[in-house]
Amino acid sequence: MAAVIETKNLAVAFGEGDARNVVFHRLNVSVEEGEFVTLVGVSGAGKSTLLRVIADLIPSLEGSIEVNAVRVPSRRPIAMVFQADSLMPWRTISQNITLGLEGIDVADADMQQRVDHTLDLVGLSDFGNRWPYQLSGGERQRIGIARALAVEPDILLMDEPFGSLDAITRTGLQDELLRIWRETKKSILFVTHDIEEAVYLGDRVLLLGGTPAEIVREYRVDIPRNQRREGEAFLRKIEEVKAGLHEAIAVTANNANDG
Amino acid sequence: MKPTTRYVLSSTGLVVFLLFWEGFARSGIMEPHLLPPPSTIPPALISEINEGFWQVMVWSSLRHYTIGFVLGSVLGVTLGVVVALFPRVEASQAYLARILRPIPPLAWIPFAIIWFGITETAAAFIISIGIFWINYFTAMGAVKAVDKDLIEVARAFGHRTFPALLRKVILPGAAPGILSGLRAGLGQGWMTVVAAELFGIQGIGQRMIEAAGLLNTQVVILYMFSIAFLYGVSDYVFVRIQQRILAWQR
Repeated sequence: MAAVIETKNLAVAFGEGDARNVVFHRLNVSVEEGEFVTLVGVSGAGKSTLLRVIADLIPSLEGSIEVNAVRVPSRRPIAMVFQADSLMPWRTISQNITLGLEGIDVADADMQQRVDHTLDLVGLSDFGNRWPYQLSGGERQRIGIARALAVEPDILLMDEPFGSLDAITRTGLQDELLRIWRETKKSILFVTHDIEEAVYLGDRVLLLGGTPAEIVREYRVDIPRNQRREGEAFLRKIEEVKAGLHEAIAVTANNANDG
Repeated sequence: MKPTTRYVLSSTGLVVFLLFWEGFARSGIMEPHLLPPPSTIPPALISEINEGFWQVMVWSSLRHYTIGFVLGSVLGVTLGVVVALFPRVEASQAYLARILRPIPPLAWIPFAIIWFGITETAAAFIISIGIFWINYFTAMGAVKAVDKDLIEVARAFGHRTFPALLRKVILPGAAPGILSGLRAGLGQGWMTVVAAELFGIQGIGQRMIEAAGLLNTQVVILYMFSIAFLYGVSDYVFVRIQQRILAWQR
């Protein structure tokens, strides 16, 4: 399978002079076509930064990001799902979904069709004319997903999209996301601080750690998804990733002490 | 409290106040021309309308007020937005604004007369000053308070040029603040309109000074209430428009 995203020796830094903070030095991450990759890591390691560099919201210093996606005028190759409450409160739900369609080559009729389709996909068909404040946190997050899907991207970047939701809503949305992923065959890079969520969703779990950060571990999750909520293998995998994370935290702390 | 109870209490308060005023004014404790009873105001209104004064004065004041409001609001909002967007512009205006802002609009009256004479322009100029500062600072604050995360969201969905971000995020995000500044300016304008006319420019203020000179105090009170009425109407209309624009707020 071909990689849809591949970063090669990516370097990112903030600030200048003594305040300079090198987030990555040589970061190599790839996502295969149709793959669901989750990214966990030491807090502050730069998980969100990586997504933003790939989405071209933050510049990289060195290295390259290859995005092997079809370039079509009516689509955007990459779309991002943000943490909760990233809807524009002054736009109706429909207008929020069309945000990414303004500025690319989509006819009005097609635009309406995409709004209807993505609302169907996230199970909120009748919500088009409402305002964001009228929706619950979970519903708003679904609209965030619909907004990303509307640009018909090959790649979805998801930045802790369920982090601020209650446990029940989160579980529901995880399953919903897996269904959407199967239906749309998107490639997904999903950042989370919740290891159980990472193991539940991912084909592969990447562990980001160290300063500057790099992928310190990589876990393949070869457990059928219908056996993932509980069961020996699933719980073992979670423990394995947790152990890796604790090790990474210890290493990061040591590095920091060394100066 | 039930809405009807509230309505009844509010009305009662007003009626009790008017009755007390009427009784006090008729008691002979004060000379009637020092405090005319409220019952003299409706006749005063009728006579002012019959003589054609009320319409002319209100119309003149409305004109000064409207020109001053539009001028002060447009300049205030525009400059406030620009200053908030560009840190260098903000830094260069910091001391200047600190010096100019505390100067009361009425302190500009001498220069208004020197520059524009006893003209409508002079009145509109004075009115616009107070409105300008209110809008300048609220618009600046409103733009600075726009959620940076939403700007990032817009950029992620392809809106990366400055005009696009301004149109899609900054202005709609700042709209509630800008509108509340406009509303405050609407009130501030009525406060200066009378003073701006006291030095002879035709309008409510001028008529009040004339009437006071003749001790026609019921006419003075009539125009005081006329201002309250005009302010009430303009504020009501504005709030209606504001609610329509901000329907997206809970």
